[in-house]
Amino acid sequence: MPEKTYREALREAMSEEMERDDSVVLMGEDIGVYGGTQLVTDGLLDRFGPNRVIDTPISEDGFTGTAVGMAMMGMRPIVEMMTMNFSFLAVDQIVNHAPKVRYFSGGQVEVPLVIRGPNGGGVQLSAQHTHSLESFYGQFPGLKVVAPVTPHDVKGMMLTAIRDPNPVVFLEAGALYGTKGEVPEGDYTVLFGKARIAREGDDVTLISYGRQVNLCLQVADKLNDEDDIKAEVIDLRSLRPFDEETIIESVKKTHRAVAVQEQWRYFGVASEVTAIIQDKAFDYLDAPVKRVSGAEVPGPYARNLELAAFPSEEQVAEAARQVLYLEVV
Amino acid sequence: MPAENDRMGNGSVETHEESQEEASVATSDDHLADLYKKMALIRTFEEATQRGFRQGKIGGYLHVYIGQEAVATGFIDAYKEGDKVITAYRDHAFPLLLGSDPKETMAELYGKRTGLAKGKGGSMHLFDIERGFYGGWGIVGGHVPIGVGMGYALRYNETDQICQLYLGDGAVNIGPFHEAANLAGLWGRDGMNATLFIVENNQYGMGTSVARSTAMTDLSAKFNAYGIENEKVDGMDLEAVLECAHRVTEQVRETGKPYAVEAITYRTAPHGAADFFEKYRTKDEVKKWRERDPIGLLEHKLLERGTLDEDRIEEIKDEMKETIDEVTTFAEESEEPPIEELYTDVYAGEDEYMGEEE
Ligand SMILES: Cc1ncc(C[n+]2csc(CCOP(=O)(O)OP(=O)(O)O)c2C)c(N)n1
Ligand SMILES: [Mg+2]
Repeated sequence: MPEKTYREALREAMSEEMERDDSVVLMGEDIGVYGGTQLVTDGLLDRFGPNRVIDTPISEDGFTGTAVGMAMMGMRPIVEMMTMNFSFLAVDQIVNHAPKVRYFSGGQVEVPLVIRGPNGGGVQLSAQHTHSLESFYGQFPGLKVVAPVTPHDVKGMMLTAIRDPNPVVFLEAGALYGTKGEVPEGDYTVLFGKARIAREGDDVTLISYGRQVNLCLQVADKLNDEDDIKAEVIDLRSLRPFDEETIIESVKKTHRAVAVQEQWRYFGVASEVTAIIQDKAFDYLDAPVKRVSGAEVPGPYARNLELAAFPSEEQVAEAARQVLYLEVV
Repeated sequence: MPAENDRMGNGSVETHEESQEEASVATSDDHLADLYKKMALIRTFEEATQRGFRQGKIGGYLHVYIGQEAVATGFIDAYKEGDKVITAYRDHAFPLLLGSDPKETMAELYGKRTGLAKGKGGSMHLFDIERGFYGGWGIVGGHVPIGVGMGYALRYNETDQICQLYLGDGAVNIGPFHEAANLAGLWGRDGMNATLFIVENNQYGMGTSVARSTAMTDLSAKFNAYGIENEKVDGMDLEAVLECAHRVTEQVRETGKPYAVEAITYRTAPHGAADFFEKYRTKDEVKKWRERDPIGLLEHKLLERGTLDEDRIEEIKDEMKETIDEVTTFAEESEEPPIEELYTDVYAGEDEYMGEEE
């Protein structure tokens, strides 16, 4: 299977679907002539022309709203947020228009819309450009929210997102556009609502999504090497719909769990994971579930501070050892 | 959706399709008499909703169209099959004019399963997609970009249809309006935006007058900033609205460029079901505008020209009362939505609901 970058896999999904389906259009700031600030859409203007690769002025609320209108008319717009931080300007459309209209019209319309862009921190962009928005968008019925972390999943989930008749918030791993992985040629989909077992193990379950999945994999290596602990790593990858089943099954096997998230601790995805486990697998637990989260601060700039603001290998390993009641050094 | 043949109660007001043929005689006196009937239907409908609200049978917010009837009546007269219409929450008149069943429209306000949106949207969210009505939106200015996107889609799909996008004077001050107008102007340069903006300047956004909300009170001129041609029309005078509406809808249809009309009108009713009107306007002012009431104005013209006489006008008013009585009875007697409706229409596709059934 060919190796491709996350960026290439994403571009491939969109351009292949644009070849197949005329109703798919791209819009966003500097996605055409400039090629996209992350080069995700590079070359697509030449291939598909300005009516399908629409360079917009800087007006997130406005152009996202127009995409909602296009979607209601049967088009399938994919809106790029230059970074997801700017989606705050369009929150009114993303949470209070797109996911509500089907319901309040009594099912008369569909809104097949994708809002995509880089999400999460890790590249020293400091406070206003560092957010992980999974739980924020995950709160709203009518929206679907996904956060693929591998090149394989980003292509397969983008194809699912475009074909979904509902608005999808597609949170890309902003720090990982250059990472490589195996990506099948052609058309395949990764369905929403199904978590991925990124690594199998019997001793403890590490549950995460986005960039933190890679961290959990590193921790799993470390635990294996240092203590012969076999950690299972779950990549949630879809937040809404949410795959409770995979978490519960894993915890029934390992009896111990740590939920890891880049976002802030309170009201986050990890809290949800913890609640689900205590609700549905309480009797299987051998220890309280631990959460590892970002520090309760706006994203800092300095490299050392930024590293300290996000979950670290040490923190996750320590949490795993705690739930295993191992000596923590 | 309830059956087609249930439409328009006793049939006293034509559906849009029927009036279509008469487009060529848009301003003939017979046609004006028909439109007079439509305006009277809207007025009678709105008065009934106010009663329903006072009786506690209609919940939530209620925004009536009283005083503004000539605007939508005139512009929807220029509606052609396939066109789209979108507006904010002051939306009752639109489905009535587009041929939706007034019974289903009222039933929606009553929160009944027979309502246009199965009782899930209420007064602010009327929708009838089959008839081109795309709502019914509750956030001031929020539907403006949506309408502009629809105007893009109509050109993208290579149609000559247009999107009539209604908004209030209050919406002209909010961000999404400006962003959307800019996009419409931009896309319109390439013939890619068949949006007709209709600003219904009814002088107030709730209790705040236009003069207290912007230093530049010429609302149509705001569109100059975005390269969108614009004009004003006397929104109380149906004939003036008709002339403007037919001309500019054709222009947008042909060019794919947006156009904006500021209709000068007045909300003689309270903003919502009730408001503190004497805090923000005087009785005198309301009285002055009432003298130019769009229905009264047209009535006067039609009487003068002998198109209608006093008897016929009384007859029409009685007919409308009868129709609306039936409409209200239908709404009152309809059943509430079944509780399973709570969980439908959240998502399109197989799983309409993502939560746990409690
Ligand atoms: C963004 C937003 N802010 C405030 C409100 C509350 N609100 C509802 S109607 C209204 C006045 C709007 O006035 P205008 O646009 O002139 O429309 P009109 O009511 O006169 O038809 C306000 C402030 C709202 N619905 N949305
Ligand atoms: Mg107003």
